Amino acid sequence: MEAFTTLTACAVPIDMVNVDTDQIIPARFLKRVRSDPEYASFFFHDLRLDDAGAERPEFILNQEPYRGGSIIVADENWGCGSSREAAVWALMKNGFRCVIAPSFGDIHYNNGMKNGMLPVRLPKETCAKLRGELHAKPGAEITVDLESQKVTGPDGTVYSFDIDPFQKHCMLNGLDDIALTMQYDSNFAAFEERYKKEASWLFE
Amino acid sequence: MAGPQTMFDKIWQRHVIVERDDGQCLLYVDRHLSHDGSFHAFSALREAKLGVRRPGQTFATPDHYSPTDVRTIEAIENPELREKVETLAVNARDFDVTHFGIDDDRMGIVHVIGPELGITQPGILLVCGDSHTSTHGAMGALACGIGASEVAHVLATQTLWQKKPKTQRITVDGKLGFGVTGKDVILAIIGQISAAGGAGYAIEYAGPVIRDLSIEGRLTVSNMSIEAGARVGMIAPDDKTFEYLEGRPYAPKGAAWDKAVSYWRTLPTDDGAIFDREVKVDGGAIAPMVTWGNSPENVVQVTDAVPDPDAESNPERRESLRRAIDYMALTPGTPMTKVKVDRAFIGSCTNSRIEDLRQAAAVVKGRKAVIPAMVSPGSMQVKKVAEAEGLDKVFTDAGFEWRHSACSMCVGLNGDSVAAGERTASTSNRNFKGRQGPGSRTHLVSPVMAAAAAVTGTFTDVRRLMEEK
Ligand code: SF4
Repeated sequence: MEAFTTLTACAVPIDMVNVDTDQIIPARFLKRVRSDPEYASFFFHDLRLDDAGAERPEFILNQEPYRGGSIIVADENWGCGSSREAAVWALMKNGFRCVIAPSFGDIHYNNGMKNGMLPVRLPKETCAKLRGELHAKPGAEITVDLESQKVTGPDGTVYSFDIDPFQKHCMLNGLDDIALTMQYDSNFAAFEERYKKEASWLFE
Repeated sequence: MAGPQTMFDKIWQRHVIVERDDGQCLLYVDRHLSHDGSFHAFSALREAKLGVRRPGQTFATPDHYSPTDVRTIEAIENPELREKVETLAVNARDFDVTHFGIDDDRMGIVHVIGPELGITQPGILLVCGDSHTSTHGAMGALACGIGASEVAHVLATQTLWQKKPKTQRITVDGKLGFGVTGKDVILAIIGQISAAGGAGYAIEYAGPVIRDLSIEGRLTVSNMSIEAGARVGMIAPDDKTFEYLEGRPYAPKGAAWDKAVSYWRTLPTDDGAIFDREVKVDGGAIAPMVTWGNSPENVVQVTDAVPDPDAESNPERRESLRRAIDYMALTPGTPMTKVKVDRAFIGSCTNSRIEDLRQAAAVVKGRKAVIPAMVSPGSMQVKKVAEAEGLDKVFTDAGFEWRHSACSMCVGLNGDSVAAGERTASTSNRNFKGRQGPGSRTHLVSPVMAAAAAVTGTFTDVRRLMEEK
């Protein structure tokens, strides 16, 4: 995966709760491969575009200067719903590397972690405050530093966030976890030998 | 052994290969289900020149893209769909995993065929690249949905890295009223705890109402754990579970069966075990439910009205309710029973099992659908049993379409979709904007409520129709 260390970028406030992965990328695009040159356009497709394919000017991602954003500050339960990893790929194809929200769909959160798309959990009030600042000063930047686990808001306030140390390590170094798991092959073999006796009916 | 344990802890513990100091656990995966949307993971394996570590423990079926009008690859007209169904067949062959193809009579929606074929068993760790994998927990398994990278990891290593989630027990007390089903129970739960109420938790459903539900009803409840925000839902296995499983093709047989059952009986949560969160639900107060918005938490009893966003004090919530009501083309204060429906769909991994079809057919029998209505059984086995019982006739006589099995109109990938602006009474699990097709308006209901909507053209309190009989 792509490593994530630190990022300072224009942040986009998205004020909706329960943004599900069907909104981030509608199901009908799931059959497309990631190398599809049109992939970026599937992102928030039905919220960004109207039925005729024209941009909806009221949708924030269609507005300047947010088009150039690389961070999203969202509300509760971001990325709930379907397990589609395509939601993360669509975000990344549009230059997004970090989403800050009070809570995430659990599977979407992990999918981000596997791809170098950093999900950051900050309290609901903090997210609301950040979104307020971003609306007040469109184009304002936020800094996310994974090593020190700190987010710096547009007004210079610094917020700490929690992250699992193992996932942090993988993301900082862009580690692919299959290779990492292979290092535990002897544990696997020992486990399986014992387990096959304990739960023999699963292996007959 | 430490103090009293939850069922979740017992199963988790048994599957830990390595536990790191930071709490991350490498878990052994007993069974992996795969489908025609899993092509990214197989491509990743090919790119990395990796094989499948334990091919005998992966089972695949093309549920998402199979059309419901044909049953051979050659007969699929749409080349994009054909390509997806074919790709799975090729991947299954090349990687040597068991495949129930479109022409196989064991084909069906992964979350229906897992339990039905006895692949899903109590005490196992089961994963699938699909969020509704929570379904299988109803059999007393630890089951969770994973993303494409995790699917590739499972294929290559037969393991999964996870950190232990918190545990939540939802106890449904009392007794369900007449006409109230497992679907209404889970919708009521989500209405109570919200669509994020289970985030970060593994949920165990307990209490007399859950015990009284059939296996089909329990599968429906656990299926929608993810709509409550939880990756994992589970229900303690009991004699009903064992009876359901005995004799199924992949269930243990003979002495192995006895050995398995004696282990399965040790699984239920011990008395005194502590959960991180306990929720109580009054089962007797649950009525047939209908969702009105674009989140499953936007749910009311069929006898209620479309809510008024102005009554919501939180401004963000108010705005989101307003947006949903707008998208759904509803007017606050309208009784749900006055809302006209354009289409009914009975199917999906939530509600397409034999009991669902029996109950819906009982409502439909002797009546006529007044709007387009369709049934897609959850598996080809369910279809066969239903046909042997004459249920297909009941539906077709009433003007319903009787189709083959697939995910179908739940997600609209296979050509069965809802037109823009159309309102459906659907037995599926997601009412997100555009879920059943761009511009579609989905209301989630039970199979009997979908049947009632089909024969009346509005949301109707199915208890009224059932009493007329
Ligand atoms: S029936 Fe619907 S929810 Fe279930 S697996 Fe298929 S697409 Fe997903």
